[in-house]
Amino acid sequence: MSFTKRTAKPGFSVQNIGSALSQAVVLTVVLGIVYVLFTNTQENLALRGIESGFEFLDHEAGLPIGDSLIEYNPTRSYGYAFLVGILNTLFVSFLAVVFATILGVFVGIARVSHNWLLAKVAAIYVETLRNLPLLLTLFFIYSVVLAALPHPRAAIELVEGVYLSKRGFYLPRPMAEAGFSIFLTAALAALALGLGFWRWAVTYKMRTGRPMPGFWGGLGIFVILTGLAYLATGRPISSELPVYAGFNFKGGLAMKPEFASLLIGLVLYTAAYIGENVRSGIQSVQAGQIEAANALGVSNAVVTRKVLLPQALRVTIPATTNDYASLVKNSSLAVAIGYPDMVSIGGTIIGQNGQAVEIIGMWMAVYLTINLIISLGMNYLNARVLHVER
Amino acid sequence: MHKIMKLGTIAATAMVAAGAVSAGTLEKVREAGELACGVSEGVPGFSNPNSDGVWVGLDADFCRAVAAAVLGDANAVRYVPLASKQKVLAVSSGQVDMTSRTTTWTMKRDSAEGVDFTAVVYYDGQGFMVSAEAGINSAKEMDGATVCVTTGTTTELNLADFGRANNLSLEPVVFEGKREAVDAYASGRCDALTTDMSQLAAFRTSFADPSAHKILPEVISKEPLAPLVAHGDNQWKDIVTWVVYGIITAEELGVTQANVADMAANSADPSVQRMLGSSGDTGGFIGLSSTWMLDAISAVGNYGEIYERNLTETLGLERGLNAQWKDGGILYAMPIR
Repeated sequence: MSFTKRTAKPGFSVQNIGSALSQAVVLTVVLGIVYVLFTNTQENLALRGIESGFEFLDHEAGLPIGDSLIEYNPTRSYGYAFLVGILNTLFVSFLAVVFATILGVFVGIARVSHNWLLAKVAAIYVETLRNLPLLLTLFFIYSVVLAALPHPRAAIELVEGVYLSKRGFYLPRPMAEAGFSIFLTAALAALALGLGFWRWAVTYKMRTGRPMPGFWGGLGIFVILTGLAYLATGRPISSELPVYAGFNFKGGLAMKPEFASLLIGLVLYTAAYIGENVRSGIQSVQAGQIEAANALGVSNAVVTRKVLLPQALRVTIPATTNDYASLVKNSSLAVAIGYPDMVSIGGTIIGQNGQAVEIIGMWMAVYLTINLIISLGMNYLNARVLHVER
Repeated sequence: MHKIMKLGTIAATAMVAAGAVSAGTLEKVREAGELACGVSEGVPGFSNPNSDGVWVGLDADFCRAVAAAVLGDANAVRYVPLASKQKVLAVSSGQVDMTSRTTTWTMKRDSAEGVDFTAVVYYDGQGFMVSAEAGINSAKEMDGATVCVTTGTTTELNLADFGRANNLSLEPVVFEGKREAVDAYASGRCDALTTDMSQLAAFRTSFADPSAHKILPEVISKEPLAPLVAHGDNQWKDIVTWVVYGIITAEELGVTQANVADMAANSADPSVQRMLGSSGDTGGFIGLSSTWMLDAISAVGNYGEIYERNLTETLGLERGLNAQWKDGGILYAMPIR
């Protein structure tokens, strides 16, 4: 077989026919294997009397779920329970991506810092977290760090209504009171005004060359107007405080230890990798460019924003795409510490009805979709950054 | 052309492998010279490796009994620890020849999941364990409590059912493995731990201070625990079923590990003679040698001995429901003849 690139010649030649034939044979064999595997699976399932198909998604789940973003009870269907899992996976992954990025950027900058202590601390952090299995980190956070917190009876009260215990982190839940919708409208209008000012300031600066503090001015407009609207509408937000009753805190917002461990573990682990991406991005920019910019009297902040970052991001973004994808996949380790993510709930469903083929297919489809969307988004971002290089 | 040859070979291998799955389990076990027996990941009294790494417990003994009856060697067992959610798949896919791991006999599993149950080896029921200082005496006082539970079990469903039936809001924390669930309970993450009563008793003994934990009196479900085999191999199902019945019958007939050889040679009781192969060939009915029960009982003893050794001596469990039918229990083996 030869797969060498050659300009296609019109007409027949022995090589062309041979190549086409061999490719056809390979394709047939591959399709044949897929077909055999598929029919064999179907036959075996039928032979063993195992149900197949997706009808079970409508059946009552009956399984309890401890942590759900949407209203759930065991009378809901398997499909709905699986959706709860997908949302939990998305929620924890999203928050972890955001925080890991923030922490990662700090770590990356600290790594190349001229401050000896800061650089060393960042280096130790990166080397430790990168070289420990994530599962171990999760177990450590869950069963050593968080389990060392006191029982809810003796919870640590940070400020009024904010409690820390081994059952989780409890804080007041904001509640909308009468007049909230008017306040919300006013706040949105203030936001629009603030953004409008910012835009105007940018164009003003471009036109006249005179400095105009667009960001801070816009922020000031937003904060002052929103504050006035809050007072004018009679303080329409109250809070429901968590109260210890019976076995545990009731009311308020709760962050369960399982969720907290998973989030902290994923953030710490992934930030180490992102930090390295940021470091390599920064170091990929030639020092001469920075020195040249400094020699022209450009301020450090502008050098960072206009010279360093645009070039560093070209190196950082593709590598970080991989780390985001890994983070999403790593969130499936939730099962080890009892957080009901998609894999945990799907596993329970397999245990209840034995339809592993379908559930595994659904897992693959969801992870594939999430990661393809991340890739698309990051490719878009990367394309914009590459554009700058011109 | 090498690539095509290789692909062809892979395709052929896949087809051969597909054919091999449906072969008889008995031949497979004899050919391998060992029984692949699925056990729990470690439940004291049922299946748990001891300090020498040997699997001990009631479930492990039933693996041994089957291996002795089929292969004549109680040590020809490969123990495969399975998490709850793996157990059914491991059997239906042929990864193990049978399981003996505290699995509850339910209609759904028996009919629609590609496995068959054999005979009940332990009648259990689900309960709750709480910390003694919580000061509660009934499961119905648990409104608002956090409960640690293992995934992929009937336990998880019973917990939800119990909460619904009694209008209790119970917050579950669901773990992949039993050990993680027990550890989380012990660390105070949960107010209660729920699983089968026998296992609660077993885990309680493993705590530093067992008296700090209390098992609540409510039994909220029926949990008949039975070995699993793959659906569709009737001969293999018969073998496992009748080894269990044989072990139970042996207690009824007074055949013990110590006296089994003597009984085989000298007993005048026709039931004993039939079972131990002194007259007739009961083993032949299921494709085994005539000494199948002689081998099994020599290896592990009768049901009473297994129970005494694994559950009464170490965990202090009473026979309760698991006494012979003549003694007020519901253990009732079908007649061997």
